[in-house]
Order: sequence, then structure tokens, then C-alpha cells
Amino acid sequence: MSRPATCTMWPRVTAGWLMAEPMASGTGALAEVSDLTVRFVTREATVHAVNGVSFRVQPGEVLCILGESGSGKTVTLRALMRLLPPRRTQITGTVRVDGHDVLGMRPRALRDLRGGLVAMVFQEPMTALDPVYTVGQQIGETLRRHTCCDRRAARARALELLELVRIPSAERRLDAYPHELSGGLRQRAMIAMALSCNPRLLLADEPTTALDATVQVQVLVLLRRLQRELGMGMIFVTHDIGVAAEIADTVAVMYAGRIVESGPVARVLQAPAHPYTAGLLASTVHGQPRERDIDAIPGSPPDLRRLPPGCSFAPRCPRQTADCRRAFPEPRFPELDHMAACFAVMGAVGVPS
Amino acid sequence: MRPLSNGDFRLDPRDRGGPLQPLLIARDLRKHFPVKGTGGKSVKAVDGVSFTVRKGETLGVVGESGCGKSTLARLLLHLVVPDAGELVFDGDLVDTRELPVDELRRQVQIVFQDSYSSLNPRMPVRDSVAFGPFVQGKKKQQARDIAGEMLGKVGLDPDLFGPRYPHELSGGQKQRVNIARALATDPRMVILDEPVSALDKSVEAQVLNLLRGLKRQFNLTYLFISHDLNVVRYLSDRVLVMYLGRAVEIGPIDAVFERPLHPYTRALLASRPSMDPARRIEEAPISGDPPNPIDPPSGCRFHTRCPFAETPCETTDPALGIWEGPQSHVAACHMHDVASGHSRLAYG
Repeated sequence: MSRPATCTMWPRVTAGWLMAEPMASGTGALAEVSDLTVRFVTREATVHAVNGVSFRVQPGEVLCILGESGSGKTVTLRALMRLLPPRRTQITGTVRVDGHDVLGMRPRALRDLRGGLVAMVFQEPMTALDPVYTVGQQIGETLRRHTCCDRRAARARALELLELVRIPSAERRLDAYPHELSGGLRQRAMIAMALSCNPRLLLADEPTTALDATVQVQVLVLLRRLQRELGMGMIFVTHDIGVAAEIADTVAVMYAGRIVESGPVARVLQAPAHPYTAGLLASTVHGQPRERDIDAIPGSPPDLRRLPPGCSFAPRCPRQTADCRRAFPEPRFPELDHMAACFAVMGAVGVPS
Repeated sequence: MRPLSNGDFRLDPRDRGGPLQPLLIARDLRKHFPVKGTGGKSVKAVDGVSFTVRKGETLGVVGESGCGKSTLARLLLHLVVPDAGELVFDGDLVDTRELPVDELRRQVQIVFQDSYSSLNPRMPVRDSVAFGPFVQGKKKQQARDIAGEMLGKVGLDPDLFGPRYPHELSGGQKQRVNIARALATDPRMVILDEPVSALDKSVEAQVLNLLRGLKRQFNLTYLFISHDLNVVRYLSDRVLVMYLGRAVEIGPIDAVFERPLHPYTRALLASRPSMDPARRIEEAPISGDPPNPIDPPSGCRFHTRCPFAETPCETTDPALGIWEGPQSHVAACHMHDVASGHSRLAYG
């Protein structure tokens, strides 16, 4: 996949501290997370936010992490950039991005990583952008931190980026403050900022949730186009199955801090293997007959401070057996690349080669 | 076309106008909020909106943020007093001697989107639910009994959940309490302002089922406001589409979803994700964001984003047409007005 001409003059930043990191991992994966657990410890309780999550993202692949609030999807995403409060967070497992061990990184290297190799687009552009600097200044700041270019070159590149994300009258918008832009333009400006140093991996945390329907689809189409043109890997967190269907190559469904099902988007959405995925699909309103009730999942998600033993979904599950309460089911593979962690699923058990 | 679902509707003993009298008529409602530091400009939140809500139906209201749908909800209850326009509830003119505002609020209740901020954090939820009936003259014990019964109706065990405070409940449970609070005063109509937007999908489905069941059980009329078109289609009999403070289309739900008349309605419908990875949206149906409601565009407010805009659209404000009929399906668009001078009348 070729990069558009506008980007070739900007070599990816690998100078300095990141180069000193050893290159490891023979899988060729851009991001590789294995057995990640995240706990938030306070005096009163320990919140088990992420409980053993593993996945890989290949270069140029879009992984969608799908889950409801409290499922651990955002925490997983933040762990990839180590954006969690260090004092209260216990992280175990390994996180590798482009061969670099993120969890073992020194602070200097981490600062090179953030915004350089890995960039993030947040849900709420109004709070993620600094209200007292113009859009151009904020994009320029990232550029100058990572590429040691001067102010004028940074401004020229910022303009180029605003045009890349299709902001109309970009020249004028460069000197606009975030509050002067509409929601859709703000999110585009944030995407421009994330793309400024040609990241290899783009993390997106519900970037379209706060937007209106007609604007959401514009941003989705834009993100998909940019991801394809720039050949980035992308991890996209969402609670909306419709959004996942629009953008994902592969989907990982999270529930109570675990990935309960993963696979190619078409297979997971059309032939869901895990009862939770099936329940989520059935309870999302999309053209069901009005005469009948929606097949809602009963109950509510578990308290992450007191997770029950065994499968966390068992108390709400229509197919639960006594086994489900005893142990967490190991991954099963109804198809080669389609995983579901459920005792009721037929298929090979264990980790595929 | 689906028959209008008035069939199983039972007349209320409080009914005055009979089954054919709409429960609520809003005529030319208007509310402009002045904005400081703009030299006397104002946000035209609701700018001449008219519609009827028939007895026993659910009228859906859809539109993007800033289109005025939440202001509209507040106007209907006089939580925000309209600048102009009139409200007729079951034949009585609201805010006159016929029907004073507090009498209206006995019969119309509201459920807000933010389930936490609409409950008193320092009150057990049982007392929050009992507050309405108590204020309206019930004895303390009577009000408590009603509260317990209502909590049961929304699927919460009154002994287990009644003594709890709002922060001890999940989002779905809080929204159930809010529904119980709205129903505790025995209203005839409930305004639901994005009641499920803040909830997770699995909980959303539970609350939608609950709302459907309660409507049947208590013989209610709903005004259901949402930005989620799929949810509106599931729950509503008719739908009102708003854009920048105006009603741009109104009609029976299937007619609007299957044969939308207004280009904005068509764009909204086409912007819904397909739920099928094989049929992705390749190009956004319309570009740009909704304009600022302080300075709405001249003429038709949608003309800046409309693919069919022509000269008359920029200069003349299109009229909605005859909206009063229960089956009328009309749109405020020059392409449906023979006299407008628009070159494309193909849709009419």
C-alpha cells in the first residue's frame, strides 16, 4: 500500500530512545498483547478491570474492541500507551507495539512512543484538545516534539494535515480555537493531530460516540479511508455494533474484563458463537417487529470488585450449566480464526498454532 | 400501511374531548434563548413547531443535537415557558383558567436522559418516587404505598431498592426509578426525553420492553424523543423530524421510514450503520455539521447541506403543509410544493 505523496517527506520518527529498545517478537504483529491484567487498587476495594486479555493486530488491520461500559475496553486501550494512573494501577502481562516492550519502557522512551509510533483519538474532542491554544499550535507542538522541525515547517505540515482530514477552509481553521469549531470539525482536528507524526498504530476510543448521526458516518468513512491510505494498524473501541460493522476487520467482544469472542467481523456478527455476543446482537434495536418485545439480556453486568468465579456471564446466560460457575472456559475455536470462550461452543479447545 | 393503533385504547375517566380530540395540540411553539455578548442575538431553539399527539399513540421526535428536541419537551410541560404559540391539552388551552400549568403537570410527566441528575442524591429513591403524589395532596403513608407499588411495576423490589440512594443503583436501575417517579402521579401522557441514550444496549432493550408494557398497562400516551432512529421506529406510531428548531417532516412511522419526503430525513436514514460488514456505507450521505442555531441559514434551513438546493431554497422558507390529519405525511420542502419554483418536483 503506497502512502500519498504529501506524507513521504515526513519520515516516521524512530530517532532517539525508541531505537535503543530491542527488536523482538517474531510474529510480525504490530501490536501484541498477551495475558494483560489491569487492577485498580484503592483502600476500599480492588477493581479487576482487565482479566487476562490477549490479542494481536497486524500492520494495516483494524481491530474493533466491542463491549459495554465497564467491560474493560477503554482500560485495555489505555494500557497500550500506558496512560493509566501509575500509582493506583497494577498491570501484569506483556504489551508489545512494533517490537517495543511498552510495560517495561523508561519514561523518556514512553514519551517518544506516545504521539510518535502510537497515537490516540479520544471520545470527547472538547476535553482532549487544549482550549487555550489554536488547533494549529497544538498540531505543531506534537510535530516539533517528535520531528525537530521548525515552527514554519510545523505550520505547513499542520495545514497539510487539516486538508488530509478534509476540513474545509483549512487555512482559516488553523488559527481557530477548539471552541470555535463544530463537533465534527473538532474530531477531525484531533484525528489530524493524531496522524501528524505518521503513527504506525492508531488507537481510537469511541471517536464517533459524541457525534451526531450524519457526522458520525462522515468521520467513520474518513477514518477508514485514512487507515487504508496510510497503511496504519488501528484499534477501535466502541459499544456500538453498527459502528463495528462499518469499520472493523476483526472484532474482539469484551465482557467483565475478558475477551469472550473474537474473529473476522462478518463471522462474529453473522454467526456469533458466544451467548453474550448473540444476546448483544438480539438486544440491539435494528428493525425488529414492533409487535414483540426485544430479546433483552436479563440482569446487569457483574461488579468488577467482586467477580464471581467461573464465567462472568453465567448468571445472565441462557445456556449456563454447573460447569460455568466453576471455572472460566478456555478458548474454543469453532472456526480456525474464530474464538469463543464458552463451554457450550463446539470446536477445538486451546490455543491454535 | 399499518392501521393506527388506537384499537386497544381505553378512554380515561378524566377524558374530556372524546377519542377523536387529540390529547395534545402544539401550535406554532416558539422559544428563543438570548445569548450574552452577541449584540441581542438569540438561539432559535424552537422556531414555530406545530404537531398533534393523538390519544394512545407514541409520537417519536428525532433530530440531531441542537435541533431543539429537548427544548420542545420542556416547552410542553412549561418547564421552559414558550415565547409564542399555544398548547391545547385534551381540548383545554394550557396556562389559562381552563387548564393551569400545575393541573397540566398532573397529567403530563417527563423522564429525562440523565438518570442520575434527575434524582435527589440525598433522598432514598422510594422517597423520590413518593414526592410527586405527596406534593399533589396524598397522605404520607399513601404516597409511600404508591411509591412501593410503582417500584414493583418497573421491576425493582421495593423492599430491596426503595431504601437505597441513587448512587447505589446502576444506570438502568436509576432510569427505572425515574420511570416509576413519572408514573407515580398517574399521568395520562409521558414525555420521554432520550430515556435510553445513556444506557448500555443490553439494558436499553430491557427498558424499552418495560416502557412498552407500561404504556399498555396504564393506558398512556408517549412523546418519545431520541436520536436513535432504530429505537424510534420500534416504539413509535408516528414521527416528527426536526432540524434547527423547525419541524421538517411529520408522518406515520412506516411511511416516513420507507418513503421519506425531506432530503434531510433521507440523509438521516442513510446515515444509520448497516449492521452488515458486506454493505458498508462508502460515502457519507451529507457533508458538514448542522449550522449554528444562533444564525440559522436563510430560507430553508437545510439548504446549506442539501444536495438539491436551488434559488428558492435560499430565499423562501418552505411551509410544512397540512399536518393536522392523523395520517398526513408532509415535509417542509420546496420540492413538494408545486408553486415554489424548484425545478425538481419528482418526489411529490
